[in-house]
Amino acid sequence: MKAAVVVFPGSNRERDMIAALEQISGRRPDVVWHADTELPKVDLIVVPGGFSYGDYLRSGAIAARAPIMRTIAERAAAGVAVLGVCNGFQILCEAGLLPGVLMRNAGLRFVCKEVHLRVETTASPFTADYEAGDVIRCPVAHGDGNYRCDDETFRRLTGDERIAFRYVDATGARTPAANPNGSLDDIAGILSEARNVLGMMPHPENLIEPLHGGTDCRPLFESLVERLGVAA
Amino acid sequence: MLRNDTPITPELVASHGLKPDEYQRILDLIGRTPTLTELGIFSAMWNEHCSYKSSKKWLRTLPTTGPRVICGPGENAGVVDIGDGEAVIFKMESHNHPSFIEPYQGAATGVGGILRDVFTMGARPIAALNALRFGAPDHPKTRHLVSGVVSGVGGYGNSFGVPTVGGEVNFHARYNGNILVNAFAAGLARTDSIFYSKAEGVGLPVVYLGSKTGRDGVGGATMASAEFDDQIEEKRPTVQVGDPFSEKLLLEACLELMASGAVIAIQDMGAAGLTCSAVEMGAKGDLGIELDLDKVPVREAAMTAYEMMLSESQERMLMVLRPEKEAEAEAIFRKWDLDFAVIGRTTDDLRFRILHGGAVMADLPIKDLGDQAPEYDRPHVARPAPAPIEAVPPPNDYAEALLKIVGSPDMASRRWVWEQYDHLIQGNTAQRPGGDAAVVRVIGHETKALAFSLDVTPRYCEADPVEGGKQAVAECWRNLTAVGAEPLAVTDNLNFGNPEKPEIMGQLVGAIEGIGAACRALDFPVVSGNVSLYNETNGLAILPTPAIGGVGLLPDIGTMATIGFKAAGDTVVLVGKPGRHLGQSIYLREILGREEGPPPTVDLAEERRTGDFVRRAIREQIVSACHDLSDGGLALALAEMAMAGGVGATVALPEDAAPHAYLFGEDQARYLVTVSPASRGAFFAGAQAAGIAAAELGTVGGDDLVVRDLLTISVEKLARAHEDWFPAFMAGEL
Repeated sequence: MKAAVVVFPGSNRERDMIAALEQISGRRPDVVWHADTELPKVDLIVVPGGFSYGDYLRSGAIAARAPIMRTIAERAAAGVAVLGVCNGFQILCEAGLLPGVLMRNAGLRFVCKEVHLRVETTASPFTADYEAGDVIRCPVAHGDGNYRCDDETFRRLTGDERIAFRYVDATGARTPAANPNGSLDDIAGILSEARNVLGMMPHPENLIEPLHGGTDCRPLFESLVERLGVAA
Repeated sequence: MLRNDTPITPELVASHGLKPDEYQRILDLIGRTPTLTELGIFSAMWNEHCSYKSSKKWLRTLPTTGPRVICGPGENAGVVDIGDGEAVIFKMESHNHPSFIEPYQGAATGVGGILRDVFTMGARPIAALNALRFGAPDHPKTRHLVSGVVSGVGGYGNSFGVPTVGGEVNFHARYNGNILVNAFAAGLARTDSIFYSKAEGVGLPVVYLGSKTGRDGVGGATMASAEFDDQIEEKRPTVQVGDPFSEKLLLEACLELMASGAVIAIQDMGAAGLTCSAVEMGAKGDLGIELDLDKVPVREAAMTAYEMMLSESQERMLMVLRPEKEAEAEAIFRKWDLDFAVIGRTTDDLRFRILHGGAVMADLPIKDLGDQAPEYDRPHVARPAPAPIEAVPPPNDYAEALLKIVGSPDMASRRWVWEQYDHLIQGNTAQRPGGDAAVVRVIGHETKALAFSLDVTPRYCEADPVEGGKQAVAECWRNLTAVGAEPLAVTDNLNFGNPEKPEIMGQLVGAIEGIGAACRALDFPVVSGNVSLYNETNGLAILPTPAIGGVGLLPDIGTMATIGFKAAGDTVVLVGKPGRHLGQSIYLREILGREEGPPPTVDLAEERRTGDFVRRAIREQIVSACHDLSDGGLALALAEMAMAGGVGATVALPEDAAPHAYLFGEDQARYLVTVSPASRGAFFAGAQAAGIAAAELGTVGGDDLVVRDLLTISVEKLARAHEDWFPAFMAGEL
């Protein structure tokens, strides 16, 4: 699998993502600068976490208008897998590649902790290595993770089984305390209509080796490596 | 707006924080009346914050060298060799005064300033910690200050992208009017590419990089060198405003520029901004500096030379570049959307010359600005030794006492704080907040890691500054040891009241004596630091708080120890002597409401012997968990190990012990460890061979913490008391 990681001014988890991709795929991803308009031929495009443009204005809003985003949209439309994590999720929403918006956490504070996620669908290249209903640990670190969308969008997300992950407790139960940001229906991550774009607030790249305290998020990357062809 | 030729009146001199004799010294040095800009420059260079005029004499007594020390105090940060051609670069610095006035921005820019100190030297920051001290929980301002400082620390570090992995938070009424925000940062660099502030070469471009200059922070360093009174709110405009986004760009641009080979010298603009950075670069290199302020990127119109020279706008750097690389350097900064301007040049006349609008606004001898700064040997009196403590009764109910202590403001879990800090970013955090020391893997290595801890016990320092100073160093050394790290070196952040009072000066002198003794005995040199004086409001000083930030090295992260109990059946062992000392203990304060007596004494030889034994046992993987004993003594360590492991233990005290002193005594040089049945023999044999006291107390297991005949509490109940205090306090429920 060949991947590209897109870097904006203020991205700050791109190094974590690059390390995770390299460790699991065995190939160092290309790093693409936001001002570029060209993307190398890749199987996976990652928009990593951080505070692009300082999150001034609105998280992800400025980055969504960067030159590279048009190219990413074209590739996504052509079926290339796109993963947006945290600020990357916010950017994909702002760019219209995913529906909805990420608002300020309900608790109004930045929150960094390990949470539990329930894998809600295995029908995507990102989640195929899990079993539906699997409960995995994964860290979050964000101030604006409160996912919201209109009723019609929500009906379609649920009806098409496009909710990839929900926040749950260790037993897999949905409780208010298990949701770190107050998101609608405990949503932690969603898929695009064609299921090739995944946006998620938690950071799978930070729980892939024993040093991190667990490897629960490794299958997400392994699943991509297995399923995505070699671009060249 | 004041003109540069404003008459210099005694009132104007005083408002710059300069004493009459200091002003006379300026007149003698330059042989004429200074211009307003010159007066501002002198006040910036000669205030306590920048000149260390009250502490310098004593700081010289600290040990600052060692086989691993590459660069000690005097640069932006200390540099220590960690092998493999790599160095750790670190420092701690206070941002106390601004954080009290404007907690969010004060704390945020404190973090920004220390990160800049580290990456100015060529290091990518890998860890941030902070030592915070607030007033009494029931003081009306405390909650507001905690909330603002914590979100400011998080707001800056999270956006910048450095993991905030540990620190301290304490409460005491003596910080009601002066909180302490001490920010620590560490970074990694190659030993062959470390950058210094000394300029070399005449006629070379002096380049301004980063954000534009505004009026924020004008006079900040002078404000930070004065006491507070009731009008302190009026000082709000002297607090800088932080922009972590710009700092992140500045980091990436600086590291890229350094890799290009263009940088001869670099200095960040921190306290006293352009003045301090330019003077340091020139004076260190025996060069003059000429600056043309018309070239300085500004964000406000009609700024005067005075304002530009004293602005503390953040996220700015000054560099001397190789002229042939100027275009390449500019391209790098443009790529990162940062300002880049050649604002002056180095000269051979040893003058610090400031031009603005075609006129000379200042022309001063550059070496004298630093070298001739006043230095004082202020009168100091040692505090009389505290009276021995009167009889300390045992608690009526041991379980209630322990529950009260684990849920007390100083001992309760700090989860509410550190969950607002991104402590996982960079993917190398091997030991998260809540343990003895934070552990971060060294990028590019499978097993090599660094450990970090910040420590000081201010109530000990108040009772006995010398022992308190020793104890701060010893506890830091112990915390690093308790994860299995080899303690390498420290940075110190000395927070005290008004040094013009002999008793305060006595605290400073005593604490430095204690720190020096401990650092020498433990081979733990001081490589960087900061002094913050005048932490007083209406004449009342803070507790003396010499915070110590230590760094340790773990060659193999696989053998790192953590505090949580691991497995039922493991033996619980107290390493070191039995607890006896209750003077200045948490037990005395929280249960009996008394703050009295001498602090525990620190036997440095015993500290070292015990620690070396424990570290060896950890590295040989003979112990399964380890925790240093400090605040709250054995009882608190037992509770914390049980809570961290989610499993209880049953222990019994020796029959000849006074139970409350054994449980709550805060004697030093002690650790609580657990040993698996398979390693038991090896452990006790090792202890005996090393001549280390090791008392078998009991066994890990069950859902309760049981001290035979004294207390039984479920671990769940302990954890609830421990976790509940902070959120309830911040929600206003207490």
